[in-house]
Amino acid sequence: MQITTPQFKENATRAIQDASLQKALKNVETGFIAKRLAATDALPEFDALRDNARDIKNHTLAHLDLYLEEYEKKVTASGGHVHFAETAEEARAIILDICRKRNAKSVTKGKSMITEEIGLNDFFEKNGIQPVETDLGEYIIQLRGETPSHIIAPAVHLNKDQIESDFRRVHTHLPAGRDLSEHEALLNEARQVLRKRYFEADVGVTGANFLIAETGSSVIVTNEGNGDLTQTLGKCHVVVASIEKVVPTLNDCAQILRLLARSATGQDMSVYTTFSTGPKRAEDPDGPEEYHVVLLDNGRTAMLGTEFQEMLRCIRGACMNHCPVYHAVGGHAYGAVYPGPMGAVLTPSLSGIEVGGNLPNASTFCGRCESVCPMRIPLPKMMRHWREREFEKHLQPTAARYGLKVWAFFAKRPKLYRAAVSVAMPLLSALGGSKRRIHSLPLAGGWTRHREMPAPEGKTFLQAWAERQATGAGR
Amino acid sequence: MTKKPTVGLFVTCLADLFRPTVGFAAAKLIQDAGCDLEVPMAQTCCGQPAYNSGDRADARALAMQAIEAFEEFDYVVAPSGSCAGMLKKHYPGLFKGDPTWEPRAIAFSAKVHELVSFLTDVMKVETVQSSFSGTVTYHDSCSGLRELGIKQQPRKLLKSIPGVKISEMKDSEVCCGFGGTFCVKYPDISNAIVEKKVATVDDTGADLLLAGDIGCLMNMAGKIRREGGRTEVRHVAEVLADMTDVPPIAGK
Repeated sequence: MQITTPQFKENATRAIQDASLQKALKNVETGFIAKRLAATDALPEFDALRDNARDIKNHTLAHLDLYLEEYEKKVTASGGHVHFAETAEEARAIILDICRKRNAKSVTKGKSMITEEIGLNDFFEKNGIQPVETDLGEYIIQLRGETPSHIIAPAVHLNKDQIESDFRRVHTHLPAGRDLSEHEALLNEARQVLRKRYFEADVGVTGANFLIAETGSSVIVTNEGNGDLTQTLGKCHVVVASIEKVVPTLNDCAQILRLLARSATGQDMSVYTTFSTGPKRAEDPDGPEEYHVVLLDNGRTAMLGTEFQEMLRCIRGACMNHCPVYHAVGGHAYGAVYPGPMGAVLTPSLSGIEVGGNLPNASTFCGRCESVCPMRIPLPKMMRHWREREFEKHLQPTAARYGLKVWAFFAKRPKLYRAAVSVAMPLLSALGGSKRRIHSLPLAGGWTRHREMPAPEGKTFLQAWAERQATGAGR
Repeated sequence: MTKKPTVGLFVTCLADLFRPTVGFAAAKLIQDAGCDLEVPMAQTCCGQPAYNSGDRADARALAMQAIEAFEEFDYVVAPSGSCAGMLKKHYPGLFKGDPTWEPRAIAFSAKVHELVSFLTDVMKVETVQSSFSGTVTYHDSCSGLRELGIKQQPRKLLKSIPGVKISEMKDSEVCCGFGGTFCVKYPDISNAIVEKKVATVDDTGADLLLAGDIGCLMNMAGKIRREGGRTEVRHVAEVLADMTDVPPIAGK
């Protein structure tokens, strides 16, 4: 995808002014949060599970090489193939090669963020292969030529009427007068259109929520069953996953699964949780003839051993659903594959702080993301680390940097600071007049564009306190 | 008679510069709770703006300054969850591995409390004397809520005032959009967030919006006044200390 993170501010302003987007975003703010709360409240051990899950992933990341080797062995033993790809480009080449060998014309896809990360759909189209997204949300945005605006609800930025008009535009083989006024009708239509596509597909591509070292299995969680059809009806199943998806055992996977759906969608479990181990065996009634796993690094090993390692615990849970910035601007404004707080940490890791610098800055540090993260990832702390990297590299805007330096110069010299503020604050106070507020203030345009500046009372507290102490008025 | 605990009042830069009444209210509440209060003159700012801008060197320098000025007291109290959170939760990390300063920062941080939770949790204050009368709504500022667990403490003391009625807003735990430098770095996003916040405040029908952090209060007050809303805005300490004679934040 086209990364537009450097234009985040402009993107955000446009998003805030987009009435239709704002209407759709209301669903994130109300639906996901209440559902998560109900699901987590009903599970007394939820927080203990979060601790366990954190420890499982920390252990795995500390021994990632060993678990990846073990995983590869088990996949191979079950008749599958593991391909290691260091970059997105390598991953695309590997996948194309698999498809070419099968002379594939059409590829169905289960919902997968990692294939967004490597830009697989565009690449397929350039190489004469038709990618067919089978998740309803992904199918809708594919019709619109868009990217996902949310990692689990890719079309959450859209309203029903927009989807209806897209279906009428594209599904021209269906009667023009059909009734699409109900959500159910849209769902049935998509299902009907897609069903045929599964059987036409030569290859099915899915992501993976987990890879299990103990068994060599890949695991996907879905609510529509489209992932199952994608991976069992295609003649060849290609799993694309980043290396940190591995967990040691089935038991570890089961523990983290108890957190995932509760955190992300507020379900106890997603409707389908599907384990795939190798290709179809002789005695199996169905399944793919070939089973491939493409393991993508794309900058992740570089995060190991740094202050960003903990980000690799991410299972794509709850952060963006709870983020006030995401609620305000939606996912596309971030201009990167992964939006929201997790994207604000991951994007600079994948694309560089020079490109992704806006995102870790665009946070109020309200801490709500960390408080709901199923894997207890300290997201604000890591965003702050990115700001430190930016500061070290002198990447912040000159005015902000200069302002900070001037302020710090005074703040580090209490006497000088006292002298300066004792003069400045009464002057600023006088500007407030009888209303006790200032409507417009030079150098504070960012503030006064949208709100009044409260006028200071007059003397500073320390000034007034010292005077009271001197006259004996204080206690 | 046992000696009174000594408290150093870390007034915070925003209370010092913009809202001295909050400093006086904090002083009164701390003294009424039975403490000896001092206000060190060598205080400026906790360093959070530098810390959150990635400038660790200046953050460290300001932390050292605060530790030196305040480590002699039994307690360090700040009328702000955000600044108290900085002093309590983030100072030790600034000196990680430093054999001299890390232990000093840890010892210092252990003494730090946000004002209202200090009154209720440490000094076991159950009631306050205040003649204030009216309907209030309380916004839970993020750092106080999530870093320090401040939620029931201010409500408990407010309920001890006979004239106070609390009308809770929807989503009182959602950020107001201030975020320190965030509000000037990303003014349009900050505005979109505070717009939602003041709408929920307005829905309560409260006369007065309270919170424990002046940054958030200035943001919300500035927005309410710009929109011509009716709710007045004050720091919770002003009501608890019965110091509501000065005009509210950003006026009426």
